[in-house]
Amino acid sequence: MSRNTKVNVLLLLVVAALAVLPLALGLGDHKEEPFTGADGEAETAITEIEPDYEPWFSPLYEPPSGEIESGLFSLQAALGAGVLAYYFGLRRGRRQGEQRARERDAEGAAGDAESGAGDAESVSGDASEESMAERS
Amino acid sequence: MHIAEGFLPPAHAIAWGVASAPFVVHGVRSLTREVREHPESTLLLGASGAFTFVLSALKLPSVTGSCSHPTGTGLGAILFRPPIMAVLGTITLLFQALLLAHGGLTTLGANVFSMAIAGPWAGYGIYRLLRRYDVPLMVTVFFGAFVADLVTYCVTSVQLALAFPDPSSGFLGALGKFGSIFAVTQIPLAVSEGLLTVLVMRLLVQSSKGELTRLGVLLSGRRNRTETEAVAR
Repeated sequence: MSRNTKVNVLLLLVVAALAVLPLALGLGDHKEEPFTGADGEAETAITEIEPDYEPWFSPLYEPPSGEIESGLFSLQAALGAGVLAYYFGLRRGRRQGEQRARERDAEGAAGDAESGAGDAESVSGDASEESMAERS
Repeated sequence: MHIAEGFLPPAHAIAWGVASAPFVVHGVRSLTREVREHPESTLLLGASGAFTFVLSALKLPSVTGSCSHPTGTGLGAILFRPPIMAVLGTITLLFQALLLAHGGLTTLGANVFSMAIAGPWAGYGIYRLLRRYDVPLMVTVFFGAFVADLVTYCVTSVQLALAFPDPSSGFLGALGKFGSIFAVTQIPLAVSEGLLTVLVMRLLVQSSKGELTRLGVLLSGRRNRTETEAVAR
């Protein structure tokens, strides 16, 4: 594994540890319902401060069950992850394609140069050297 | 975690909507200009929006024993500047409000203000500030994303405290209450977001050097570049 990959894996491991630690250390144990959403807690806090407050609008569509809701959340994550993966895959493919094209050119140029060296006029050798110079 | 549907009094909901609208309109203009002038950046724009999509769907447990999610807005703010993030953040919030009953349409203005405007600008500000002092790129990216995430939830707490001041301890009392729910929960998540943003930026440095140089994230001959960039803007 290259150093680069190691650093990337390490970053992911730290993120995973940050997510797992609160669960492993039981930091939600003091609550009636551990690890609920902060937005739900804020709703409770609002009703504590202003017991008469009634939400004056309700969502147009509400997922009918927790399963549907978690499904839609994973859809959101999957869409995002799909686009990100497409981006990096495309970039990698392009980079490899460019590299291969360069290698092919270099091989072709080397072949030309060899055959050109045998030739007294060595026209093709000169031409490919020129094109190499242009590229670099 | 955004303010739930119907949980801001109408006057506040409208005020935050009015405050956010110009930023979003300006953002749409910057976005169309960016796409028109640099069609090749469309892909990276999509990737930045996708990053926000992924991160704001990830509900993570935190030290307070509750859950919240990162925002993912720091990356786009650093790459394309904050106005464009106002648009990408709004799209994410709309998706969640319409399909997931998470956040809401009446609270959209307030949530856009915290997540798509205040957070990205704060993160971008820190990023630029640290860049000026020649702090290594990845460190500036970490703090940019960290601050963008944390400020989002501090603003959410302020918004709720303004709408629901505590009867005995007033605005500050309520701010302490909402702050302990949102902002404290968010600290470890903001660290996670910073690390994930650094990860994506490392991959981008590997794969998209040209793009990052054009956007001024990677600088060759740092001083000169920043100056010409400042002049161009």
